[in-house]
Amino acid sequence: MAKTHLKMTVNGQAVETLAEPRELLIHVLREKLGIKGPHIGCETSHCGACTVDMDGKSVKACTVFAAQADGADVTTIEGLGGPDNLHVLQEMFREHHGLQCGYCTPGMITRAHRLLQENPNPSEEEVRFGMAGNLCRCTGYQNIVKAILAAAAEMAAAKEAAQ
Amino acid sequence: MNEMTPPKNERSAALKGLGTARKRVEDLRFTQGKGNYVDDIQQPGMLFGDFVRSPYAHARVKSINAEAALALPGVVAVLTAKDLEPLSLHWMPTLAGDKQMVLADGKVLFQGQEVAFVIAEDRYIAADAVELVEVDYEERPVLVDPMKAELPDAPVLREDIADTLEGAHGPRRHPNHIFTWEQGDKAATEAVIAEAPVVAEEMVYYHRTHPCPLETCGCVASMDKVNGKLTVWGTFQAPHVVRTVASLLSGIAEHNIRIISPDIGGGFGNKVGVYPGYVCSIVASIVTGKPVKWIEDRMENLMSTAFARDYWMKGKIAATADGKITGLWCHTTADHGAFDACADPTKFPAGFMNICTGSYDIPTAYLAVDGIYTNKAPGGVAYRCSFRVTEAAYFIERMIEVLAIKLGMDAAELRAKNFIRKDQFPYNSALGWEYDSGDYHTAWDKALKAVDYDGLRREQAERLEAFKRGETRKLMGIGLTHFTEIVGAGPVKNCDILGMGMFDSCEIRIHPTGSAIARLGTISQGQGHATTFAQILASETGIPADDITIEEGDTDTAPYGLGTYGSRSTPVAGAATALAGRKIRAKAQMIAAYLLEVHDNDIEWDVDRFVVKGAPERFKTMKEIAYAAYNQAIPGVEPGLEAVSYYDPPNMTYPFGAYICVLDIDVDTGEAEVRKFYALDDCGTRINPMIIEGQVHGGLTEALAIAMGQEIAYDEIGNVKTGTLMDFFLPTAWETPNYTTDYTETPSPHHPIGAKGVGESPNVGGVPCFSNAVNDAFRAFGLTHTQMPHDHWRIWKTAHDLGLHA
Amino acid sequence: MIPGAFEYHRPESVGAAVKLLAELGEESRVIAGGHSLIPMMKLRMADLSHLIDLQKIDDLKGIRIEGGRITIGAMTTQHELITNAALQDAAPILREAALQIADPQVRYVGTLGGNVANGDPGNDMPGLMQCLDASFTLVGPDGERQVAARDFYEAAYFTARADEEILTAVSFDAPQGGYAYEKQKRKIGDYATAAAAVLIARDGDRCTAASIAMTNLADTPTYSAEAGAALVGSGLDDEAVKAAVTAALSAIEPAEDNRGPVEFKMHVAGVILRRAIDRAWSRA
Repeated sequence: MAKTHLKMTVNGQAVETLAEPRELLIHVLREKLGIKGPHIGCETSHCGACTVDMDGKSVKACTVFAAQADGADVTTIEGLGGPDNLHVLQEMFREHHGLQCGYCTPGMITRAHRLLQENPNPSEEEVRFGMAGNLCRCTGYQNIVKAILAAAAEMAAAKEAAQ
Repeated sequence: MNEMTPPKNERSAALKGLGTARKRVEDLRFTQGKGNYVDDIQQPGMLFGDFVRSPYAHARVKSINAEAALALPGVVAVLTAKDLEPLSLHWMPTLAGDKQMVLADGKVLFQGQEVAFVIAEDRYIAADAVELVEVDYEERPVLVDPMKAELPDAPVLREDIADTLEGAHGPRRHPNHIFTWEQGDKAATEAVIAEAPVVAEEMVYYHRTHPCPLETCGCVASMDKVNGKLTVWGTFQAPHVVRTVASLLSGIAEHNIRIISPDIGGGFGNKVGVYPGYVCSIVASIVTGKPVKWIEDRMENLMSTAFARDYWMKGKIAATADGKITGLWCHTTADHGAFDACADPTKFPAGFMNICTGSYDIPTAYLAVDGIYTNKAPGGVAYRCSFRVTEAAYFIERMIEVLAIKLGMDAAELRAKNFIRKDQFPYNSALGWEYDSGDYHTAWDKALKAVDYDGLRREQAERLEAFKRGETRKLMGIGLTHFTEIVGAGPVKNCDILGMGMFDSCEIRIHPTGSAIARLGTISQGQGHATTFAQILASETGIPADDITIEEGDTDTAPYGLGTYGSRSTPVAGAATALAGRKIRAKAQMIAAYLLEVHDNDIEWDVDRFVVKGAPERFKTMKEIAYAAYNQAIPGVEPGLEAVSYYDPPNMTYPFGAYICVLDIDVDTGEAEVRKFYALDDCGTRINPMIIEGQVHGGLTEALAIAMGQEIAYDEIGNVKTGTLMDFFLPTAWETPNYTTDYTETPSPHHPIGAKGVGESPNVGGVPCFSNAVNDAFRAFGLTHTQMPHDHWRIWKTAHDLGLHA
Repeated sequence: MIPGAFEYHRPESVGAAVKLLAELGEESRVIAGGHSLIPMMKLRMADLSHLIDLQKIDDLKGIRIEGGRITIGAMTTQHELITNAALQDAAPILREAALQIADPQVRYVGTLGGNVANGDPGNDMPGLMQCLDASFTLVGPDGERQVAARDFYEAAYFTARADEEILTAVSFDAPQGGYAYEKQKRKIGDYATAAAAVLIARDGDRCTAASIAMTNLADTPTYSAEAGAALVGSGLDDEAVKAAVTAALSAIEPAEDNRGPVEFKMHVAGVILRRAIDRAWSRA
């Protein structure tokens, strides 16, 4: 099948690549663009390991065709923070032991980022409900929830300090 | 000491050694999406392999036609058993002394079995080609129920060994029978049961499930024909064992094989075995001369690699009228699937199922396990437990409850009455183990007090009355469990895998500036070894944990080890690490004495330095000693500061714990909601409390899943009914409760630092605890036992059968 | 799990999409959020040559509330149903139901149109639309037509929509009175073991109107006029509720699956419906 020319913005950078329409966004990111933070876990849109932010929405990149993502603005874990500018969620996941094998972590943090954008001061229940599209096999979620609540508090404090 | 020397406690804290809730060094890369998992590995010219799999559970393979697949542009080759046969790789040995087809050799024995391996330029082409391979099957009668395996009309599954009456573990009485394994005294136990005033009986089924780590299995095999070197990156919980097996199978000399376990996205036992995908990838790389990647998809993972459990445990437990247990009898029918590929130490075909006397002083016991072939996937791995320990714990903790009902006794009191007492350790069990240490009564009392057990029982009684009055449709269940594990396999005298003794190893190099690297034969899959092993070494060598790199998983650099599973890393490799650290310290002492111009015995260790006895102002820090080791000629001492230790444990370790769960059951819908879960673990010396807590949370959640719905279910013709995460239950944050953790600390007397291992305890103890809570909710209505998994409809059925919907 | 190859089209108007669908014929399908279709394609259970993506058609988006009539474009996502304040005021049952569908990520992309159009008996919106007596707008080569939700579903994956038609909008009158969407499922992300949509209007302590439909208990959603009628005129006494539940259960035909056997499903269907009726009545 012929490949088509694909343009996206990924982590703030304009990117172009060739892909078959059927190629999944997760494969394009990981194999064509070298963005390996998002992972593949279940392939049926249940586990959320492949979660990326697309046009301001948390989506499962294993269930998006490359062609559908043409023109989209995509943010992955790599776009949230790096060695010199860790995102507070990245810090809080470490601080509160919100990860073990690390495989779900990029998807978790990317999803949590969008959750806190929409609800900066969530309750524990809202965090658990809002994170229910992401599976973790290691942590039992308790420390993930703790990390997200701590990040929300940190972000609120930083915002207050800035005002 | 001089004025510049910080006090002891400050120096000690700076090391971040044993007992510190040290933040994990792994997390920086994982939180930034910079982990390196097997599917992240890309090699120039890399090809992709994908399997044609059997849609049938039992069929003859009459022909395989790959013409159309080979004609597809981008397809490089299609391998079948015929291609592997000249290399003698169409079958492979299993860890359990059986053999397994790599690719279907004339027939298939389970749905999802590997039939042909397509190699193509990318994974899309490979998947298209899989669709084009035409396989002509002739269906055969299917055997799903192990209880029917030896009936006259049962189909013979393993025609290859139908006439072999002697198996790897003794005589076979039927072509579908694998082994009988007996432990304990049958005649004495049956005599006790015959005469006992009280005997409770139950069939306890621990259903088939799957470890299902979030990352599936996979590998990249790369044969470098120029240098004659084979490199395989893969999801291997035991990389050195894979290297040895790969060498024996392929004929490639072991020094020319390099196995690398990169970051592993969870294992839980799934990644111990050697799977056809690995073998086919290696062959494909040898054939094509290019790197070949194979990554399972989730359905393949659930259908073909590494099921767990599937034990039918028939039990009888005898006691005096006042509740002193006098005997335990168990017969287990073990459904092993189509090949016996259980990952157990060689001499233990049913693992350590003979720990099934649990935490109790049971004077007489007997266990027999019959392994059976069925048309299901092979495996029988230890899913977050030491070999069959979770089956054993589930069995005994259910039998205790059933006995309590028969006696009309409170189950907490029955347990306390029968615990092995602290003064009985080391304790020799009726089924042959020497329990190293324990203090069960202390843990139990602490747990009951922490949850206000008496108050819970009062609340339960009130709820029951309200239910009977029609004021509520919810019943309250209180689940109790006191489990004892046996982990840290194991002593080389009785534990081996494929002939390799189950020691483990650590090699340490101290650098001239006083930092260090240590390499081990284990491999973390999320346990945080890079964090905790550095803590052990910090306490042993006085080098701050932050200055120690831990490296695992590369067989070219790491010393030989048996890998990570069965909670063996801390008990075995952790001990090797401590002992290697002590070797470093012993040499450091000689160097320090030389530098301080005193006799070796005139100096003593003080956190991070050697000081002259009685002259604390005279000392040499480990940092100074390290520098001297490389920069100063010291008479009679070799330059450098390195050590290696291979540790053969004298015994297993026996972690234990007391768990209590409270849940509410909606009898009309079958829904259960966990309201409280208290977990007290005693894993001996605690290396990193933060990581221990994380392990307990995670293990309990896996236990919740198993107890409440997670299963690999088959229909009557051997189709897998639970092949995706829609139906294979993994709870989300929404279904998962909060847990309260607690501990007691009873160090192992034989382990260098007293540690016992903890990663698997919450799974071993959690499953019976959740299940006991469900059963307990219905105790007042006459229920003695209902089978897992306790999903909505099974709970509803229990309520229905008890007349609660009338 | 790798889907087969196809050609991709992204028309910018309904007319263009309908034209493509007609031209490309049987082996073409429209895709909205894709979270039903893409997994099917990955499992190679759906085979097609052309995919017509509706994401760029602005006419298919948006929620309009005019004179008590609510019209929702087919490409409106579950997330938008949940977060639209005006819709929450006018028809809160949509939010209540949408929150019980799949998980957050799926709700960001899963659309109302996709949920009602593909005919999967597990989907929640079809039953709700029958309860609301919604009307579906279908546009094909011969123009536009309306089909009542209650007439739309024929069998699992078979609906009144012709192959060359596109479902462009759903519309319904803003419901009056109390409402409830009650769903039992095994976990977040699961389809219903049993689910019920209930609307009840009351005058004093009398029920003046009631509408009841159920989800995933037959190969189509099951609206039961008899069930609603059993409540009308009553004060929701036990007898009336029992009659309503009995009527609704006589309309369903659950199949055994991993969620449980028929006997169990029949029982929980009754329990869930009763809870939905109680909740709707308490809100009426």
